[in-house]
Amino acid sequence: MRPLLHVDDLKVSFPTRSGLVEAVRGVSFTLGRERLGIVGESGSGKSQTGRAIMGLTPPQARISAARLEFDGIDLLSAPPKLRRSLRGGRIAMVLQDPKYSLNPVMSIGRQIVETLRTHENVSRKVARERALDMLAAVQIRDPARVFDLYPHEVSGGMGQRAMIAMMLVAGPELLIADEPTSALDVTVQLEVLSILDRLVADRGMGLVFVSHDLRLVSSFCDRVLVMYAGKVVEEIAASELGNARHPYTRGLLNCMPTLGTNRHPLPVLDRQPEWRL
Amino acid sequence: MTDVPAAPRSTRAWLLSDRPQSRAQARLGRAYISWLRFASNPLALVGLAILLVLVLVAAFANILAPHSPTAGDLAGAQLLPPLSPGYLLGTDDQGRDILSRLIHGSRLTLTVVLLVAVITAPVGLLVGTVAGYAGGWVDGVLMRITDIFLAFPKLVLALALVAALGPGIENAVIAIAVTSWPPYARMARAETMAVRHSDYIAAVRLMGASPVRVVLRHVMPMCLSSLIVRVTLDMAGIILIAAGLGFLGLGAQPPSPEWGAMIASGRRFILDQWWVATMPGMAILIVSLGFNLVGDGLRDSLDPREAGQ
Amino acid sequence: MSSTTMSESVRAGRPFHVRAWPVAIGVLRFAGVVITTFLGLLAVTFFIGRVIPVDPVLAVLGDRAPASAIERTREAMGLNLPIYQQFFIYVRQALAGDFGTSVLTTHPVMSDIARVFPATIELATLGTLIGTSLGIPLGVLAAVKRGTLLDQLVRIIGLIGYSVPIFWLGLLALLVFYAKLGWVAYPGRIGIAFEYSFTPITGLYLIDALWQGEWEVAVDVFRHIILPAALLGYFSMAYISRMTRSFMLNELGQEYIVAARAKGLSEARIIWFHALRNAAVPLVTVIALSYATLLEGSVLTETVFSWPGLGLYITNSLQNADMNAVLGGTIIIGSTFIGINLLSDLLYRTLDPRTRA
Ligand SMILES: Nc1ncnc2c1ncn2[C@@H]1O[C@H](COP(=O)(O)OP(=O)(O)OP(=O)(O)O)[C@@H](O)[C@H]1O
Ligand SMILES: [Mg+2]
Repeated sequence: MRPLLHVDDLKVSFPTRSGLVEAVRGVSFTLGRERLGIVGESGSGKSQTGRAIMGLTPPQARISAARLEFDGIDLLSAPPKLRRSLRGGRIAMVLQDPKYSLNPVMSIGRQIVETLRTHENVSRKVARERALDMLAAVQIRDPARVFDLYPHEVSGGMGQRAMIAMMLVAGPELLIADEPTSALDVTVQLEVLSILDRLVADRGMGLVFVSHDLRLVSSFCDRVLVMYAGKVVEEIAASELGNARHPYTRGLLNCMPTLGTNRHPLPVLDRQPEWRL
Repeated sequence: MTDVPAAPRSTRAWLLSDRPQSRAQARLGRAYISWLRFASNPLALVGLAILLVLVLVAAFANILAPHSPTAGDLAGAQLLPPLSPGYLLGTDDQGRDILSRLIHGSRLTLTVVLLVAVITAPVGLLVGTVAGYAGGWVDGVLMRITDIFLAFPKLVLALALVAALGPGIENAVIAIAVTSWPPYARMARAETMAVRHSDYIAAVRLMGASPVRVVLRHVMPMCLSSLIVRVTLDMAGIILIAAGLGFLGLGAQPPSPEWGAMIASGRRFILDQWWVATMPGMAILIVSLGFNLVGDGLRDSLDPREAGQ
Repeated sequence: MSSTTMSESVRAGRPFHVRAWPVAIGVLRFAGVVITTFLGLLAVTFFIGRVIPVDPVLAVLGDRAPASAIERTREAMGLNLPIYQQFFIYVRQALAGDFGTSVLTTHPVMSDIARVFPATIELATLGTLIGTSLGIPLGVLAAVKRGTLLDQLVRIIGLIGYSVPIFWLGLLALLVFYAKLGWVAYPGRIGIAFEYSFTPITGLYLIDALWQGEWEVAVDVFRHIILPAALLGYFSMAYISRMTRSFMLNELGQEYIVAARAKGLSEARIIWFHALRNAAVPLVTVIALSYATLLEGSVLTETVFSWPGLGLYITNSLQNADMNAVLGGTIIIGSTFIGINLLSDLLYRTLDPRTRA
C-alpha cells in the first residue's frame, strides 16, 4: 500500500529575542493507513511536528523539509488555497482542550456544519443531516438536542466528542490528534479514546496520535516515535516497546508505575546532553 | 579615569542581578527593568520629553516669556501674524504676545492637572481598597455610589457643578475632581479583591497586623502601579475637560492666559486671524499627547501583559 | 470631550454588570441597580440646584428682587420644608417630567428639551455610525497586520483623537471646509431657504426630508450635519478602532482560532466571522459608551457649530445662569446614559450565549 504521508528531515524553528529556538530538528517518518504514536516530554516538539503537517505553523516560524508529502502533494510548495482545502477536508486535527478549541458563541451544530460546507457543496438540509449523523457516530445520545447547544453547555467529554465530530465530518483520510484527551478525566478519556479508535478503524484513516503518555500510546497505536529535544530518538513497533534500546525510551518506560511493586525513591527521568545531537 | 566606563556596567549588573542581596536592590532592579522597557519605546520617550519641557517652561515662565502675558501693545501690535518681529507666534486682539501667554498658561494647565490628580487618586484608592478589603455591605454601599458617579456624563456634570459654584479655576478643579475619582476606586477594588485572599496577606494578618495596617502597608502598594498608569492616561482627559470649561467661559477668567479660554477669544477672528485660536489648541494637543504617550509607555512597561495592545 | 472617559467604564467593569443569577432575581437586581442609579442622579442634581447655591431663591430671582417676592418664591419652591421632603417632591416632579420653567425661554424646561433633543440625537447617531463603520474595520486590520505601518497609523490616528480638544478641531474644520473650501454649510441644521417651508415629523431632519421625498432639503440638511457628524465620528473612531484592535488581538490568540484554521476555513472567515463575532461581545459596550460620550461631547461641538441641540441649550442656559434648564438638561443626558448602559447590557446578554440563563 502506498504511504499516505512522507516526512523527511522536517525542521521548524522560531526566531526569538534570545536567539533561534529550534522546536523540530529533522524529524522523518512515513505513515500509511495505520496508527502512529508520537511521545516525548513537554517541549520536545510533538505539537509543532503535527502543526507543520497541518500547515498551522505560526507565520514567524521557519520551516523546511527534504520532503513533506501527503498523497503525492508536496505540502511545502503547495499553494495556500490547496493547503486550506486539505485542512479539515483530507487532513484533520483534534486539539487538546475542547473548552478552548470550540468557538464559544457558535452552537455546536453550526460549527460542525461549517466544516462540512467549507469542503463539500451540500445544501443546508443535507449538511444538518450529516452533522447529526456524525454526532451520533461519536456516540452522542441525543444529537438533535446537542446540535443546538453552545460549547459552555456541554461537559468536557461531550465537547471533545463534538470536536471530533467537527473534524471528521468531511471524511478526512489522515487524522492528527494532539493530546486529544489530556484535558479530560480518566474515565472520560477512555470513552473518548475508544470512540476515536473505532472511527479510525471503521473509516480506514491514518492516525498520528500525539501524547506524552507512553503506555496509552503503546496500547492504542501500531508504531511509536519517541521524540526528545526536537528529534526522533527511537522508532519502534508498539508491541516491541519492552525491547526499546534508547536509554531515554527506557527512562520513560521506567517512570510508569506498576502495581505491586514498591518504588522508593521515585525514578527521575535521566537526560543526557549527547542525546540532543 | 580608567574605571569610569567600568562603574556604570557594574551598577547595571548590580541592578539586573537575579539574586538581589537586599530588598532595596530588588526594588531598584525592578524599577530599572521597567525603565529599560519604557526607554525602548521611542514614542514614550517623546511623550516624556514633552512633559519635561512642559514642567521646565512652567517653572521658568517668567524668564522664558518675552512679553507680559496680560498687558498688550494695543496701539502697535494688534493681531500680528506669526513670525512677526518680536512675536514668534503672533499677537491677539489686545496686542498680547501669544507665545508669552502660552508659556504662562502652562502653569495653569499643570496646576489643574496636578491638583485633580492629588485629590482624586488618594480618594479613589481609599474608597476602592476599603471596599475591596472590607467586603460585605461596606463594599456594596461604596460601589453603588461609585457606579452612580461612573454612570454620569462627566463633562455635563462638571458643567452643572461649575454653574452652581460659579466660574473660576478652583471650582473647575473641584468639578473635575468630583467626576474623576470613580474609575480609580473601581480599579483599586479589583486589585484589592485579587490580593485579599493571597497567602502573604494571610501571613501578615496572622502576625497580628491590624486591618488598617494591612490596607495601608500591604494592599495599597499593590494597587499603585496600575493607579499611576491610569492617572497618567487620565491627565490628558483632564486637560481636555479643563480646556473645555475654559472655552465655555467657566474656567479661568480673563485676562488669565488659560489655553481653552484663549481659543474661545480667538474664535471671533478665526476666519481672518487663524493663529489666535490655533496656537493654544496646538499647545493643548501637544501636552495631552505627551500625557497619553507616557501613559501608554508606562502601561506597557509596568504591565507586560498588556504590552502592545 | 475626553475619550479616556469612555474607556474607563469598560476597563473598570461595566456599571450594570450583574452575574448569572436565576432570571427573576436577576431582573429584580437589575431593576434595583437602574433605580438607585437614577435616584443617585437626581440626588446629585438636587444637591447642585438646592444646596450649593447660597440662596436658590436669589439664583432664580436675582438679588434685586423685593423681599415679598423672595418670600413668595421661597414658599412656592418648598424651601421651608425639611430637606428630605424637598427631595421627595423633587423626585416626584422629575418623574412627571417637570423640571421647572426656563428663565431664558420662559417655557417649561421639559418642552424646550423635547424640542432640541432630536437635533442632538441625530448628530450623535450619525457620528457613532461614522465612527463604528470606520473604527471596526480599522481596528480589525490593525490587529491582523500587527506591527506594520497600517497598525502604527491606526495607533497614531487614535492617539491624536484622544488628545485633541474637540472644539478646537471643530473650529479648524469650519475654517477649512466652510470658509476656505465652501464644501459644507454653516451655521445650524438647515438653510434659511428651507427653514420655514420644511415641516419635520420626527425631528430627525435627515430622515424627515428623505421620508417626504424633499431631495433639495435632504441635500441641504446633509451639508449642515456632515461636518459636525464627521468630527464626532472621528473621536468615536479613534476610540472604537483602538478597542477593536485590542479585543481582536485577544481573540486571535485563542485556541478556537487554531481549530478554525484546522477546519480549513479561509483567513477572511476566521477574522471577520469567528474572531470578530467574539470581539463583538465586549465591543457592544464600547460602542454604547462611545455613543453616550458623543451625546455629552455635543455640549462643546454644538457650541462651535451653532447646532440647535441640547448641548447648545445647556451652554446658552449656563451663560444666563438658568439653573433649571442646566439641571434639566443634565438629568436628561444622565438618564439617556443610564438607558444606553441598560441597552448595551441587554445586548451583551443576547450576543454572549454564556450569559444567557
Ligand atoms: N510561537 C513560538 N515561539 C517560540 N518558540 C515556540 C513557539 N511555539 C513553540 N515553541 C517552542 O517549540 C518547542 C516545541 O514546542 P511543542 O509545542 O511542539 O512541544 P510539545 O512537545 O507539544 O510539548 P507539550 O507536551 O507541552 O505540548 C518548545 O520548546 C517551545 O518552547
Ligand atoms: Mg503540545
